[in-house]
Amino acid sequence: MSAITLKSVKKRYQKSLVVHGVDAEIEQGEFVVILGPSGCGKSTLLRMIAGLEDITEGEILIGGTVVNKLEPRERGCAMVFQNYALYPHMSVAQNIGYALKVAGMPRAERDGKVAKVAKSVSLEAYLDRKPGELSGGQRQRVAMARAMVREPKVFLFDEPFSNLDAKLRVAMRAEVRNLHRSLGVTSVFVTHDQTEAMTLADRLIIMNSGIVEQIGKPSEVYHRPASLFVADFIGSPAMNLVRGHFAQDGYFRHGKGGMIHLPTIAPALISQEVSIGVRPELVRRVSATAKGAIAAVVDYTEELGAARLIYADADGSRIISVDTATDALGTGMPIHFAIDPADLHVFSHDTGRRIELGEAQRAATQTRINA
Amino acid sequence: MIERSPIFDFITYAAMVLGMFLVLVPFWITLVAGSQSLQEVSQVPLNLWPSTHLLENIQAAWTRADLGPKMVNSFIVAVGVTLGKIVLAALSAFAIVFFNFRARMLCFWVIFITLMLPLEVRIVPTYSIAANALLPFQVILDTFGITGLVETLSGIRIGLEWNLLNSYTGLILPLVATATGTFLYRQFFMTIPDELVEASKMDGSGPMRFFFEVLLPLSRTNMLALATIMFVSSWNQYLWPLLITTDRANFGTVVMQLKALIPAQNGTPDWNVTMAGALIIMLPPLLVVALMQRWFVRGLISRDK
Amino acid sequence: MERRAFYRNGTLPWLLLAPQLLLVLVFFYWPTSQALYWAFTLEQAWGGGNTWVGFANFLAIFRDGQYWATVGRSAFYAICATGLSMAIALTLAMFVDRALKGTRIFQSVFVWPYAIAAPAAGVAFRFIFSPEAGLIGSINDIWPGIWSPATNGWHALGMVIVCHAWLGIGYNFIFFLAALQMIPKSITEAGAMDGARPFQRMLDLQLPLIAPTVFFLMIMNLISSFTDSFGLIDTMTEGGPIGATEVMVYNIYIDGFKGLDYSGAAAQSIVLMVLVIALTFVQFRWVEKRVHYS
Repeated sequence: MSAITLKSVKKRYQKSLVVHGVDAEIEQGEFVVILGPSGCGKSTLLRMIAGLEDITEGEILIGGTVVNKLEPRERGCAMVFQNYALYPHMSVAQNIGYALKVAGMPRAERDGKVAKVAKSVSLEAYLDRKPGELSGGQRQRVAMARAMVREPKVFLFDEPFSNLDAKLRVAMRAEVRNLHRSLGVTSVFVTHDQTEAMTLADRLIIMNSGIVEQIGKPSEVYHRPASLFVADFIGSPAMNLVRGHFAQDGYFRHGKGGMIHLPTIAPALISQEVSIGVRPELVRRVSATAKGAIAAVVDYTEELGAARLIYADADGSRIISVDTATDALGTGMPIHFAIDPADLHVFSHDTGRRIELGEAQRAATQTRINA
Repeated sequence: MIERSPIFDFITYAAMVLGMFLVLVPFWITLVAGSQSLQEVSQVPLNLWPSTHLLENIQAAWTRADLGPKMVNSFIVAVGVTLGKIVLAALSAFAIVFFNFRARMLCFWVIFITLMLPLEVRIVPTYSIAANALLPFQVILDTFGITGLVETLSGIRIGLEWNLLNSYTGLILPLVATATGTFLYRQFFMTIPDELVEASKMDGSGPMRFFFEVLLPLSRTNMLALATIMFVSSWNQYLWPLLITTDRANFGTVVMQLKALIPAQNGTPDWNVTMAGALIIMLPPLLVVALMQRWFVRGLISRDK
Repeated sequence: MERRAFYRNGTLPWLLLAPQLLLVLVFFYWPTSQALYWAFTLEQAWGGGNTWVGFANFLAIFRDGQYWATVGRSAFYAICATGLSMAIALTLAMFVDRALKGTRIFQSVFVWPYAIAAPAAGVAFRFIFSPEAGLIGSINDIWPGIWSPATNGWHALGMVIVCHAWLGIGYNFIFFLAALQMIPKSITEAGAMDGARPFQRMLDLQLPLIAPTVFFLMIMNLISSFTDSFGLIDTMTEGGPIGATEVMVYNIYIDGFKGLDYSGAAAQSIVLMVLVIALTFVQFRWVEKRVHYS
């Protein structure tokens, strides 16, 4: 039985639909991250699971029970809010213990639990402080302790690290990961930060304008993006994407009129309007004479330290390549790339969905996903 | 948020309805009594539904309390105070917030201390100044021997006098002389980012240009709020107009006339006329508040915090 | 926040400030200092200026049992009117803040008393409470003479207090509601996630969080009860019966303008000023310790 089930969940504000029917299954003990650009409906979805927003249509089940009509306190979820939402007039201990107090737990038992949880997030020295006297990281810990103390069935995180600086964010990420490993509680985490999402998630739910684009493991999402949006959204530097069609002559003709020599991989695709994509790290530099070499001209390079990014122009379309060579490259210099057809992603122009190119490609991506 | 608390929701509505009842009863009674005949209004218990005599009662009240000219006076005073305050307060707040001069903080405090003591508390001495508003300056001249000097040199004795009794200026000026508006503007001006001032400086505009072309247009909401607050409070003034207008016939305001409308101890208890009068007297500020609610609520809150 | 983008100009700020400063000087500082002067001097019977009498005027009023009765009455009036008005306004604001359907209508109506002139409300309430008229007066038909504000001082005082409290509902409501709405929504949501029901959230979260506003309003209401009561008392009771509703402001008016005892009235004014300043000071001290949402 899944921990959380979403059955074509919709959310409408006045006239506008912000969540268009989401279906998903979240397994017991799984750490699921909902990722998407701002305004994609990810927070709304989380808040519907929490019971903070009404569900316009569809059903949400937690532990097999439909919770549509249940109040937040009846759902067994605990939530960490974006701005922490600590009670400013209560001490850290009171903040952590408030839910237990509401539940009518006797004082002594409560104090014991609060102390134990506070210890686990190293807050025991701050129990008497007010939230206003704490640093951002400490407030974050209080917010997590407050969620943990209730021993909930589900943890919900609503962009909890967005107010922290970059360094603290990395540290908190590790802490959340450890926490999840030791407690094993089903967790749903909302963020717009793809690094955060990739490192934390067992599985990702990628959303865009109220629609689920793809659900899958981080490596799946990266190596086998289900849609043009996912391909473009995930990965930095972003995937090389070119729109056009395959011609009979083995060339790919793109919008600007230029062409790239790409031996046709799927005859069925000929003259169909598609976008093709390839990850920059899979664009290899080759000599001019190599078989299937694509000729291009260097625009500029970006030094990353361990590697560099080459921004090149191949007959009017931009190609980015991750390059580890150290030779001097200047603007205007000719350069040649090769792309393994198995590394190519093709997306339908009409639907934006992925077009599978047959077994060879499937096998190649599967190896990468499993690696 | 999903919340099922039907009982508490019921309590909420019940409390709000009760509150509505509490708040509206005086208005309703005023309307009901104001629309009844003398006979109806003298009934015990009172019929709580309006009758048909509202217009004639208003007419009776209008003539009895001479409300025509008094309405005009009330409007002149309320509009005068409102305009005066909007202009003066904007100027002084501008000087205090955007200029760097030595006595800035001193001026700030000199003006803001006045928030502490309402007019009612210093009513006796303020009244005495109304007899001659220039007295402070006469005293200053006298103290420094300037009066004597001028007299020996030119033979003219300086006698400054400006009597404010029975005049619109007397009704208006003391009400303008408080810090309410200045404070409201100041609170708002403080939120204007420095960059805006700097940008306008880079564009080559001077302080007054900045004031008229940037600051005032931005302050429109605050002005509306201030206007509402000032209109209501000056329309509703009672004690000060009572003192400063000995010539009630020409300079009285409507609120002062309320007392004249109350039935005499042993006279006819024609409360219907009284209430009809009260109704039209409370109507203008009530309309202003009802229409301007959104703006003035914001202004009121930023004024006092 | 200190501003760094200033204009520098020698005369302009003074020109801008001049009208306000002149008005404040003439109508605030001069009268206030005049009040001090009068409070410490006594006017000669047949003209010839004032003579310095030190604290004699103050001693005279402080030795007067009547005056203390007035002060006590004013304090009672202030505390009752403040308590009543704030309790009603706070309750209404708490319920309106739940933002159930149709709340908007209630919200706008609750503000209305703010717009009403005290004397107008005074007249309306005088009729409502009139023993002869058919509202509260009706109970006299059942129990004759049970309600008689014209002869019973407590009845009269109670009537004025109720009217004052009613007048304050609008102002207090606006502030309470604004304070409640300033509480971040996520705090309420966190409370709901923690399992607290609406009523419990009111007591545990909302009430403590608006404590600064409660205190601020308490001071403002006390000051207004001490100073703004003239219009009500003059239209409702004229201080009667037998001085039972004579409060400090009314006393100042009677002594100063009816009795023409400027020195006595000035001394009373000074006492009232000190009281108001003290209350304001308490308010300022508290403001520094305010809770901040962070």
